[in-house]
Amino acid sequence: MTELADQEGRRGALPPLFGRILRLAVQLAVTLFGLLFVTFLIGRVVPIDPVLAAVGDRASASTYHKVYIELGLDKPIWEQFLIYADHVLHGDLGKSVLTGRPVLDDIASVFPATLELSTFAILIGTCIGVPAGVWAAVRQGKLVDQLVRVLGLVGYSAPIFWLGLLGLLFFYADLGWVGGPGRIGIAYQFDVTRITGLMLVDTALEGQWDAFWNAFSHIVLPGSLLGYYSMAYISRMTRSFMLAELGQEYIITARVKGVSEWRIVWGHALRNAAVPLVTVIALSYGYLLQGAVLTETIFAWPGIGMYLTNSLGSADMNAVLGATLVIGATFVMLNLLADLLYTLLDPRVRRGQ
Amino acid sequence: MMSGAFSREWLLTDAPASRGQARAGQAYRSWLALKSNRLAMVGLCIIAALVLMAIFADVLAPYDPITGHLNTERLLPPSWKHLLGTDDLGRDIWSRIVYGSRLTLMVVTLVAVIATPVGLLVGTISGYFGGFVDTVLMRITDIFLAFPQLVLALAFVSALGPGIENAIIAISITSWPPYARLARAETLTIRNADFIAATQLQGASSLRIIWGHVVPLCLSSVVIRVTLDMAGIILVAAGLGFLGLGAQPPQPEWGAMIAEGRQFIIDHWWVATMPGIAIFLVALGFNFLGDGLRDVLDPRAQK
Repeated sequence: MTELADQEGRRGALPPLFGRILRLAVQLAVTLFGLLFVTFLIGRVVPIDPVLAAVGDRASASTYHKVYIELGLDKPIWEQFLIYADHVLHGDLGKSVLTGRPVLDDIASVFPATLELSTFAILIGTCIGVPAGVWAAVRQGKLVDQLVRVLGLVGYSAPIFWLGLLGLLFFYADLGWVGGPGRIGIAYQFDVTRITGLMLVDTALEGQWDAFWNAFSHIVLPGSLLGYYSMAYISRMTRSFMLAELGQEYIITARVKGVSEWRIVWGHALRNAAVPLVTVIALSYGYLLQGAVLTETIFAWPGIGMYLTNSLGSADMNAVLGATLVIGATFVMLNLLADLLYTLLDPRVRRGQ
Repeated sequence: MMSGAFSREWLLTDAPASRGQARAGQAYRSWLALKSNRLAMVGLCIIAALVLMAIFADVLAPYDPITGHLNTERLLPPSWKHLLGTDDLGRDIWSRIVYGSRLTLMVVTLVAVIATPVGLLVGTISGYFGGFVDTVLMRITDIFLAFPQLVLALAFVSALGPGIENAIIAISITSWPPYARLARAETLTIRNADFIAATQLQGASSLRIIWGHVVPLCLSSVVIRVTLDMAGIILVAAGLGFLGLGAQPPQPEWGAMIAEGRQFIIDHWWVATMPGIAIFLVALGFNFLGDGLRDVLDPRAQK
């Protein structure tokens, strides 16, 4: 019976994969549509008059009425939603009241800053979190294990905006080890040509090493801070995946055959734990977006998080909903990516078993 | 008789005489396991201290949390008179933190009370009926899970208007989906059990089966999950407060207090630092307890 199923799974190796991807695509479409609906609903219940926000409170009644019709507010609610969805799908997220520019342009110009910050953070989180988790699993119940556990729990418990403030106070104001708020010192700010929008990459490409190190001194504190949070999550998950692998029978076989402990841990166990780990790292990359909202506010980091909170402060609803939608969509995409990677990397899932 | 009824032997007996005794024994065994976990006990003590602080706030706080002495006591460093110093409006920070514990407890309790039943209901209905109902409900759950919690809560609060009540509503709206997922998974394992089939044959309505037989069995795992999430809820609430979208001044909410102290951080570090320590300790307490609870109650974690 199992043999038969096995054969069938092997013969149909591709269709299950395609079926899975197709299912994921349909799910993605439905979820993105749902995201749209949620932001649309929030935009409707908000007590701010969208017409007044667009024309200002000194507009005449006829102007008001004209914009009212233009915005489609006289139509039934479902039609309004279709208009909204149509606009968003054509890349029109409305105009920001605060900057006077289309929201999508605004977001496109701030997004690289967030991307740079979270990439820096995930690199730190992975490079420290994975070895820490492996180490804790190997020495389960020992001091190292407890230490990694407590460090992780501390990371889960400290408000990131508070740690950021203390970090600025200590490392920037007192010790002067790192750069202050912002992405780069004011002296370099207008020298950097925008190629990718990633400050570190741009300065390196242009060979402006002074500017590069200045930008580095600015990113190192918020980046490490965010990295610490993803480290807490990644090390914890690594530990439990590794424990599961180390309890397997093939590990005993390897030991019996005399494979060195180092190879068993890093070559055999971690390699098998790597598949779910990739998923975890992709997911924590998504969660960094959430941490970025608060971190960017503290470090005056001109990314999407600061854009969101600034817009909130001035009740700029188009910008708020646009940023929420973009963050939500990015999050969904990362989840999908995690799912796909899992499918591609794990032969068991690939065969549809 | 009473002392005999709750003795160690009565609780740990291998042959409980009643359902109540078996349950009490099970709870006592879990308690013993939890008690041997040092971190969990530290967490429990922190939470107990928080609750006591909230109850006896009037006794513990030496000054009024709302009105301070603007002329003479602005931004004083910690001293014996003001244990944790004073803020820019001359208010004693210790007193504000003590009263702030009430707000923290209120947020945590209300979110738990609102989000747990919603998650349970959606999850059990979805799992019990399956098919179309399941697809629709789970898609809705997925949509809510598609936003990072803080971002969605921000968007909701911006729509509802700032304030602690709206912050609680926003956090609740964004908290229930994981509970629904969990309850659904539990329901799927129960749904095809014989006793459910027996109840169906007796002619019980679906509502009665879900409410009377499925929900009670899902309850414990969902409640544990909620406990594990409490630290996260506190941090999201503090984040909203910090951004000025949660509790409004002059309420002594801890996150908002950090925001108030932010502009004086260089010269008067204590204003922003002290409430942060309070948030950190309470979140740590819930995390320690949750971590211990998971070890005790998750059979897979036991060696």
